[in-house]
Amino acid sequence: MKSGEEVTGRRMRAGDALPPLEIPITRTLIVAGALASRDYQDVHHDAELARQKGSPDIFMNILTTNGLVGRYITDHFGPTAVLRRVAIRLGAPNYPGDTMVLTGRVEEVDADTATVRVVGANGIGKHVTGTVTVTLPMDPACTVASEEPA
Amino acid sequence: MSYEPVVSHEAEAGDEFATRLKGYEGQRAAVARVGKDPVNAPMIRHWCEAMGDTNPAYSGPDAIAPPTMLQAWTMSGLSGHTRGTHAYDELLGLLDEAGYTSVVATDCEQEYPRPLRPGDEITYDSVIESVSERKTTKLGTGYFVTTRMDIRVGPDLAGTHRFRILKYAPRHRADLPGRQDRSQKPSRPRPRPVVNRDNADFWEGVQRHRLLIQRCTGCGTLRHPWLPGCNACGGLGWDTVEASGEGTVYSYVVMHHPPFPAFTASDHAADAAGPYAVGLIELAEGVRMLGNVLGVPYDKVRIGLPVQLEFQDCDEELVLPFWRAHGTREMQEAGA
Repeated sequence: MKSGEEVTGRRMRAGDALPPLEIPITRTLIVAGALASRDYQDVHHDAELARQKGSPDIFMNILTTNGLVGRYITDHFGPTAVLRRVAIRLGAPNYPGDTMVLTGRVEEVDADTATVRVVGANGIGKHVTGTVTVTLPMDPACTVASEEPA
Repeated sequence: MSYEPVVSHEAEAGDEFATRLKGYEGQRAAVARVGKDPVNAPMIRHWCEAMGDTNPAYSGPDAIAPPTMLQAWTMSGLSGHTRGTHAYDELLGLLDEAGYTSVVATDCEQEYPRPLRPGDEITYDSVIESVSERKTTKLGTGYFVTTRMDIRVGPDLAGTHRFRILKYAPRHRADLPGRQDRSQKPSRPRPRPVVNRDNADFWEGVQRHRLLIQRCTGCGTLRHPWLPGCNACGGLGWDTVEASGEGTVYSYVVMHHPPFPAFTASDHAADAAGPYAVGLIELAEGVRMLGNVLGVPYDKVRIGLPVQLEFQDCDEELVLPFWRAHGTREMQEAGA
């Protein structure tokens, strides 16, 4: 038997880059995300009130960003991946009409757990930077594969 | 209201305010609150639709809720909270009253020790972890407030949620208290000067209402703007001489467009964003520097006009040297 570290090492290695995910920032996404997260702050759905508060338009709420970061990770690692920790910091707001491109890089792998650094950049800067800790349950198929001669 | 000088009053009030804010650290923001809805499949589905998340783990008989949905289960929605601690509301109210009326979430750190599943009824407690010093950000000046929430299902910890918001006064609206007492001051902050290692002593002098001219210790040549070396001899050594404050307009331009309220505010009682004159002032000592010309309308500035140095506090942090046409000080004060 190979150790767990070697098994998961086949699927996640420090330095691995995740394929980028482009997310068009539509007005619909901003409003749907705000309501699905039960966030009724006017700056996330009412452009006029947002402008009165000094913002050029409505902007995405942090809960939606958090959800998109989580989705980015589980889209990549698959439905058996378990999110353990998501820590994000917001920078440039996501306004309607922009596109956010999420990119990620595996920073550290410890047995079945990886820490992934995630950046979501939009047209005006980095909307989000963060780290996600994700666990991949050991996959017996992988163990078999790892025992095959190279 | 206070009869003390405005500036020292503000400083004292500021310290007292900061201490008061710090007093909320460690206080409860929510005690044993119950989620408005049990974790449920329809809300999960709506979330997944909005996020475009098709992960099969979030549907079907063994579904879990998306872990990043954690905070959503604690949201009060449109109807607001029915009970909770006063401390958090009081803290936010205090900041509102002080003019820090806007709020933006900046950080969210969550851990998920146990998945949430449809049917789970959550309870949560929250504590005010920290209140920052006053910070100036791109959005405006304000305070970061960090709370930490524990979300439980029965006795089990299901999630922790650390959340940071910035309560701030938007940059373009000078609606801080204290500003009201200083209504003649410009409401639009001027751009900040770029202070670096080469010119830091110049700006430090300005802060103390002293206009310092750099002088080469090698050949004695005066220079402005401040530079690391002497243009005349290449020498790197320097000291300073204080300007007498006398000067004349060597040249000038009038800016008509774009309108720039920050630069006209000190010239126009009405704070109108009209044209303004930028004077190139030749100091009595011989060096020249740029600055606003005060005391005469922009179209009455002329080459050779005698001017005198005048320091003005543009806002709480910024002091700038201005140039006032001779003999206009009394007119200005009578008209104010």
